[in-house]
Amino acid sequence: MSILEQKGHVTAETFHTEDIKFDIQNMDLYYTAFHALKNINMEIPRGHVTALIGPSGCGKSTLLKSLNRMNDLIPGCRITGSIRLEGQDIYASSTDVNLLRKRVGMVFQKPNPFPMSIYDNIAYGPRTHGVRSRAKLDEIVEKSLRGAALFDEVKDDLKKSAMAISGGQQQRLCIARCLAIDPDVILMDEPTSALDPISTSRIEDLVLEMKKDYTIIIVTHNMQQAARISDITAFFLLGEMIEMSPTERLFSTPQDKRTENYITGRFG
Amino acid sequence: MRGLFLASACVCILAVGVICAFLFANGLPFFTKYSAWDFLTGTTWRPLQEVFGILPMIVGSFYVTIGALLLGAPIGVFTAILMARFASKRIVKIMKPCVALLAGIPSVVYGFFGLMLLVPTFRQTFGGNGKSALVASTLLAIMILPTIIQTAEAAINAVPNSYYEGSLALGASHESSVFRAVVPAARPGIVSGIVLAIGRAIGETTAIIMVAGNNPRMPQGLLKGLRTMTVNVLMEMGYAADLHAEALIATGVVLFIIIMAINFLFSFVNRRRVLQ
Repeated sequence: MSILEQKGHVTAETFHTEDIKFDIQNMDLYYTAFHALKNINMEIPRGHVTALIGPSGCGKSTLLKSLNRMNDLIPGCRITGSIRLEGQDIYASSTDVNLLRKRVGMVFQKPNPFPMSIYDNIAYGPRTHGVRSRAKLDEIVEKSLRGAALFDEVKDDLKKSAMAISGGQQQRLCIARCLAIDPDVILMDEPTSALDPISTSRIEDLVLEMKKDYTIIIVTHNMQQAARISDITAFFLLGEMIEMSPTERLFSTPQDKRTENYITGRFG
Repeated sequence: MRGLFLASACVCILAVGVICAFLFANGLPFFTKYSAWDFLTGTTWRPLQEVFGILPMIVGSFYVTIGALLLGAPIGVFTAILMARFASKRIVKIMKPCVALLAGIPSVVYGFFGLMLLVPTFRQTFGGNGKSALVASTLLAIMILPTIIQTAEAAINAVPNSYYEGSLALGASHESSVFRAVVPAARPGIVSGIVLAIGRAIGETTAIIMVAGNNPRMPQGLLKGLRTMTVNVLMEMGYAADLHAEALIATGVVLFIIIMAINFLFSFVNRRRVLQ
């Protein structure tokens, strides 16, 4: 039984396998000798916000980076088991990693706009994937900036360097840059940890807005944030996934003692 | 301790100041006796008749410098990109000392290499007597490689990895990420390296003298000889006297001003890019 079926406001719907975006089975991840993720089994549903929480070093960011294979960059990183995106094993040798990363976009912890204009930042992805027409690029840039609730603030400064805008705006620019490649899934790795409270709340509003069109998986250190914006929360501890439930239930009636200890602030 | 640092810094500034003052004090009086216009635009250099036109040498200096850049800059920058982002650690370990060694070879040795190997080879391949703008440019290109490679490699390595990762995460390939995200971010550093290389090329004397033919006439083409400003000074300073000697110092002044102008121009362009 999918965990979504247990969830209050979605019980009326019937969930089929095609509602599962990522299907992670018996997944283990090692950094050389270090066993960083242990026998992970998760089904991540489409069109929802899934939050991954847990103390530092619990493996939540590692798991996130396995979903678009950014872990490939780390020497000595080895994965066993399977991660399927809509049924396709993303670690199969036939997988085109660049295409995978176009489908599964990522927003990093620290805003990382390129040192070029706002326009060129957004157009970077589409240009990489072969869009050359100026009119088409203009359209994508505007649509993406609107999607990231940034358009009105920067519409007159599209030629301005992306390094010159505020940190919160930069992070929304990175979200817009990600939207511009038209992904299905957006991975967010503690996207607000470097931002002030006002910028944080704007990004949270944005995430709630975006889940209509995208599957979002967000790693967060902040339990209130997970409670505010996610539909499903998974709690990680020492490389294991301890519990995954609809968010309200995980925070109100955790099934595992360790989850309860963590969310009540006894450690972490 | 702070005083020691300050004193050390002052040595450098003082040296620049003294060189400037010395050069201008000795060079500028020449222009009270000889028209600056005729000096800069004259195409005839006949010291014995007191005709001092250095335009052929100005053009000659730019000629070999641009030639060296056209050959050396792409090779240098591509080598730096290879070392920073493509080559294995083992290869880089071999290449780094090679590049450092190339930087340490005295220019007279480069000159020998040019004279004994490049000049005859070019003579047999292209005809002429071999001593030519082409050989001088080729030799200079090799000489500026280490400057360009070392600065560009450092600049590329200094680019935050987050740009590279950001680009990969958008579905760009490794090559595409390096060329479109990493290298553009390193551009100010790469440009600085090229400016240093220009300084090295335009100021080089010994190696050029051995392979460039040194005829004081307007450059006639790639396969003909030419004379640069530096060569002009070095060849004649030994026996020059009076107005002739002053004309040579004035040549040095012109060279100095050109190098300063290039430096200012590039740092201005670089700063504008950053501020944009």
